[in-house]
Amino acid sequence: MTEPVHTLTIDGTPVAASAGQTILHVAAENGVRIPTLCHLDGLSDVGACRLCLVDVEGARRPVLACMTRVEEGMRVTAHNDELAAYRRNLVQMLFLERNHVCAVCVANRHCELQDLATELDVTHFDLPDVHPAVGVDATHRLFAIDHNRCVLCTRCVRVCDEIEGAHTWDVSGRGLAARVVTDMGAPWGESTTCTSCGKCVQVCPTGALFEKGRAVAEGAKERRPFLPYLKVRP
Amino acid sequence: MTPEAAVDAAPERRARRRPAGLTPDGPVRRSAHVCMAASCLALSSDRVLEGIVDAVGAAGLGDVAVKRVGCLGLCAAGPLVEIPETGRLFEAVKPDGVGAVVDGLASADDTPVERAPFFSRQLRVVTENVGRVDPESLDDALAHGAYAALEQVLATMAPGQVIDEITRSGLRGRGGAGYPTGLKWQTVAKAAPGQKYVICNADEGDPGAFMDRSVLESDPHRVLEGMAIAAYAVGADRGYIYCRAEYPLALARLKAAIRAAERAGWLGHDIAESRFDFHVEVRVGAGAFVCGEETALIASLQGGRGTPVLRPPYPAVAGLWGRPTLINNVETLASVAPIVRRGGDWYAGIGVGRSRGTKVFALAGRVVNTGIVEVPMGMTLREIVYDLGGGIVGGRPFKAVQTGGPSGGCLPESDLDMPVDYESLAEAGSIMGSGGMIVMDDTSCMVDVARYFMDFCRDESCGKCVPCRVGTTQLWMLLTAITEGRATPADLRQLEELSGMVAATSLCGLGQTAPNPVFSTLRYFRDEYLAHIEDRTCPAGVCPVAS
Repeated sequence: MTEPVHTLTIDGTPVAASAGQTILHVAAENGVRIPTLCHLDGLSDVGACRLCLVDVEGARRPVLACMTRVEEGMRVTAHNDELAAYRRNLVQMLFLERNHVCAVCVANRHCELQDLATELDVTHFDLPDVHPAVGVDATHRLFAIDHNRCVLCTRCVRVCDEIEGAHTWDVSGRGLAARVVTDMGAPWGESTTCTSCGKCVQVCPTGALFEKGRAVAEGAKERRPFLPYLKVRP
Repeated sequence: MTPEAAVDAAPERRARRRPAGLTPDGPVRRSAHVCMAASCLALSSDRVLEGIVDAVGAAGLGDVAVKRVGCLGLCAAGPLVEIPETGRLFEAVKPDGVGAVVDGLASADDTPVERAPFFSRQLRVVTENVGRVDPESLDDALAHGAYAALEQVLATMAPGQVIDEITRSGLRGRGGAGYPTGLKWQTVAKAAPGQKYVICNADEGDPGAFMDRSVLESDPHRVLEGMAIAAYAVGADRGYIYCRAEYPLALARLKAAIRAAERAGWLGHDIAESRFDFHVEVRVGAGAFVCGEETALIASLQGGRGTPVLRPPYPAVAGLWGRPTLINNVETLASVAPIVRRGGDWYAGIGVGRSRGTKVFALAGRVVNTGIVEVPMGMTLREIVYDLGGGIVGGRPFKAVQTGGPSGGCLPESDLDMPVDYESLAEAGSIMGSGGMIVMDDTSCMVDVARYFMDFCRDESCGKCVPCRVGTTQLWMLLTAITEGRATPADLRQLEELSGMVAATSLCGLGQTAPNPVFSTLRYFRDEYLAHIEDRTCPAGVCPVAS
């Protein structure tokens, strides 16, 4: 039988946790901020952004805080120089793989990628740009997607599938050519499954998905009223 | 499909329409074994077989058989024909030049021919019937002992005893990681009761690796028998073979073998009059390297996008459709029947240290004898490359041998006397991998080789996690800058730091091991990197540094 409560340490501080909680959850409860991007409370986790990697004593490699359940006596290091360097590199890679220009972005000052760069002290890029030619799909009546700003977190895919139940979004292609697509790659405006609920827009961490009619820096997200009600946590 | 593969498919289709050879009515004094695996078939070995049949008829040889077999091993010299009674091998046989073969068949001289070290130094366990049985004949396979181990298991052994035997053999996963096979079987056997599955991973994707293809094309029943024994041991009744679409001949022979085995009662319901059921289906991969990773393979098998997910839970606990699933690679499963027949202790008596048994390697690159070899674990690289492989083409200087594909590394001349086993290879910065062995001489630039493998990983990354999706492209761009003479010493530091980061933070094995070719070439051939960066020269003369 598993113990209902575990004690562990996060960055040296002893904390108590219920069995089944993730490291990320326990850290948040105890005021330890671990950077995340693809994680969103209320949606399943996929472990794609790798920002929440933490060190656990005895583990061969860093583990995901968002998907790793606490264990008795676990010694977690959420912050050290090496993890900070990994996270800076990850954020840098996200900026460089597409074409992010904050100054002209609808999500400027409302962008989680921008916030992460600030939080993690990403002051400059020392890797080259990839500058891929990617498009915009503005065929939908209310919304549009600018793939230049997409970070492939797949929050839109998951919220559409798990909360709205439409599964309009999915991922197509592989590697750097991977794109989120609607209805097997059809233009969004021609989608027969999209309910135009706008949840994908609300969960998008950047300005990739946005409401039409909003100008630069006007892309503040709503407070996602649809998620807490449906939040299911094991 | 590549244009070459499209061309190759023609003789494969042709081969399946034609008769399989010639069997005399009376006793057989001599026979000609004609290789009809993909490599020789691409050189029209099916026409060679017809040519021999016609010539034997014309010469009136009534006590001679002509037989289609699988891979004879020495792919460099195909089409190959062997007379097994004397061990004589005919190389590069032309359809209209079969005279020497017919003379050999007609000859009354029974003196065995001394076999080249390429053959005599091998120890064949997995491939014991490869090149000996007709891959499209169940009767011939049965005559060579197929399904005897399965019958023995069903009649005399409890599942636990089978697992004990495999554990005692010391067999480890031949797909690359070397996980103890007995332990994996035991885990699946002890997982929650109910529906369980066995999956054969035949998604062989490493550049330069063709061991599994050779086994599947040459002795498919061996793999099916291994799967059935595994299924009995772990309590599964359904199996899937996940094979890449690039292997049309292997797929055709597997499907035919499954149908024949089902008709004969070696697969399906109540196998060999026991109460054991086992059904096997073939699933064709659509050409993604990452689908060799077990969680991505399962996602693909379920009809989803072939992307990996976080382990644990491991497939042994929650795999296909969330049920306990045993996933073993082709060579691992092909090792099962001989272990059962001859005992785990016998198998454990071969090899060194924690690496027991034999390993099949695909020799490729600048080596004289390209082809398939099976050797005991612990043979040195030098023996494999020089004694079996016949050394470097044109007598050029050896530079490196690459093992383990894009997840492996390049080992230099100073490592040639190292025994080939899981631990030694890992210590030297490479891996056993699935068995690809690419030999390189002084015409290969090691920076260019690292760049090639990074290009491969960049192309094959599924795009799910950031370090693999973007990191492999960034590493490839850095390596390209070095080969084009645009790099600075700071770029080399960046390359090392980024490689470490991609290895540490990627989600699955593809990204975690993608920097390995960079690590190993930096470790052993750093001077070549420095020559590109500091002197703007490529020592091998491969890279466009100056332009």
